[in-house]
Amino acid sequence: MSRNSILAAIQKNKPAEKPLPAIPSFANGKAAPIDIFTSMVEVGGGQVIRDTNSHNLNTTIKKLFPEAKRIASPLPAVERNVDLDQLPSPGELESVDLAVVRGQIGVAENGAVWVTEENCGHRVLPFITQHLIILLNPSDIVHNMHEAYERIQVDATGFGLFIAGPSKTADIEQSLVIGAQGARSLTVVLEAV
Amino acid sequence: MNEHAQKAAEFIRDESRTDWHDEALWFVRTKRDKASHGIPEWEELRELASQVKDNVLSNLDQYLEQFESRAVQNGVHVHWAADAEAHNRIVYSILEKHQVQRLVKSKSMLTEECHLNEYLIERGVEVVDTDLGERIIQLKEEPPSHIVMPAIHLKKEEVGELFHEKLHTKKGATDPKYLTEAARQHLRQKFLAAQAAITGVNFAIAETGGVVVCTNEGNADMGVHLAPVQIHCMGIEKILPRAEHLGIFTRLLARSATGQPITIYTSHYHRPRPDGEMHIVIVDNGRTAQLGREDFRNSLKCIRCGACMNTCPIYRRSGGHSYGSTVPGPIGSILTPGIDLKKYSGLPFASTLCGSCSDVCPVKINIHEQLYRWRQVITQEGHLPPAKRQSMKWAGRVLPSTSWYNFFGKLVSWAIRRFPRPFLYNRFNEWGKERELPQPPRQSFKEWHRQREA
Repeated sequence: MSRNSILAAIQKNKPAEKPLPAIPSFANGKAAPIDIFTSMVEVGGGQVIRDTNSHNLNTTIKKLFPEAKRIASPLPAVERNVDLDQLPSPGELESVDLAVVRGQIGVAENGAVWVTEENCGHRVLPFITQHLIILLNPSDIVHNMHEAYERIQVDATGFGLFIAGPSKTADIEQSLVIGAQGARSLTVVLEAV
Repeated sequence: MNEHAQKAAEFIRDESRTDWHDEALWFVRTKRDKASHGIPEWEELRELASQVKDNVLSNLDQYLEQFESRAVQNGVHVHWAADAEAHNRIVYSILEKHQVQRLVKSKSMLTEECHLNEYLIERGVEVVDTDLGERIIQLKEEPPSHIVMPAIHLKKEEVGELFHEKLHTKKGATDPKYLTEAARQHLRQKFLAAQAAITGVNFAIAETGGVVVCTNEGNADMGVHLAPVQIHCMGIEKILPRAEHLGIFTRLLARSATGQPITIYTSHYHRPRPDGEMHIVIVDNGRTAQLGREDFRNSLKCIRCGACMNTCPIYRRSGGHSYGSTVPGPIGSILTPGIDLKKYSGLPFASTLCGSCSDVCPVKINIHEQLYRWRQVITQEGHLPPAKRQSMKWAGRVLPSTSWYNFFGKLVSWAIRRFPRPFLYNRFNEWGKERELPQPPRQSFKEWHRQREA
């Protein structure tokens, strides 16, 4: 059987035991700066909107995407018109113009935001939507990936990911094009604290 | 001339195109430098990554077993494949069971190595590569020329021509934005129609039984979350002990690959969705043999960032296709001889041994030292071409002997000065093909030194 023969070959060929190194946190203990996070989201091709609260959230969304007709979100506070609980098939989401989801942790060094399937309603939503908004509490921004993984339990849900911008490609002559197969834009909305 | 040298000679015939290719890759290398210089602890991260991989290789069997048992607990089907044939058979059997006719794939060098596409297409499955670069070369019926940027060798005019023919874009259209939009529309239809999705794997976590896939386009996720069956194919060396180690590797990967601080999407798959099925295929295909080669096992640390290709003076000026192997460039030249030494015996010579590859490698693989070591193995096992073998034999006689060395030094100096060009520049003089022989000095260093002492 393949399994046992592979494991036996490894046992026979592997080098002598080498210990795992300890990983320093590489952070300075102070709160992670929102400015760095903001500029890194912009480097990734996204934008950051600050100081939004539950009262002006829907106005902000309308101002950002006045044309959006089909809006999907698992968040009750968002004015939406796509029912994520009653989907005949995930392909129905192809016509979604805008999705609004909650992010759990922001990472200053690269502008990435941790989002899980529980935040999305359906796993495909943040990709298939034309435009994506992620709501984030600024106090959930950490310095770097080490801190982020310290706070995340990767298998708490069946699917989770870091999103660091809109879908993009540079596969034709290294020319950067935003809007490859996934969302065409990313807006991170930071809530007022 | 070996196969790489022959194909490289064809590639450089078009001088302006060679320069263009060289500059395109150097541009990526420059972006990598900028990104890595922004991280003060960069060198420490490289060292940590290398040490984590050392630990992984020394405990690979336990980690794989741990990974399997956690994945099974998570509701994932785990398969083991000893070689490419077994891998392809397993994937096809999953597709057959679900009567899959339409399959989408995201980038996977492993399935490329196993020639999975051909295998499935022969059996009537429609296979669509969904990374833009991969789709381009699939439509062009070519293998990838780079592991991160598969279509880096093509110009936008060529892509425009290809898309006009296959996707009916406007004739003469070459705007990357327009062409990418056309591919988006085309691929969205394929995603919606797919009955199964295959991805490669960047990292697998032993402790949690999950796999991590990194893309910029979001194509892996478009495939996986729309199709009812998801299949992830991974080499045995992709294992990391715990999720915390992803912190090191996600910081290194994209910065080394394209100069981005992180890929746009870093997806962690642990369980199938409620109405879906998830499979992981773990593949050996020569990797356990490489693990047993003490001088070369470090090559298994590779995270496929492509930095060694972007920096390599040979790769940049010979193109990925000249290597004739799935993984080209410096890392390919130390991985591939392990699979078929005779066939790929030319690859370790496709290097200046300048060491730039080792300097940029995010997991500190001693690539150029392994290239040198392969050359020794290839020579000992008799795979050198006759001309090189003869000249090595002569060098072996002349260089250890002072009198022979002095005699030949004089002879060659005299010959270069006296002989007419056709005697010096002919098919026996490989070195002189593109270069002038140096003008020999009237007096050798030794003679000068002796005179001075006297």
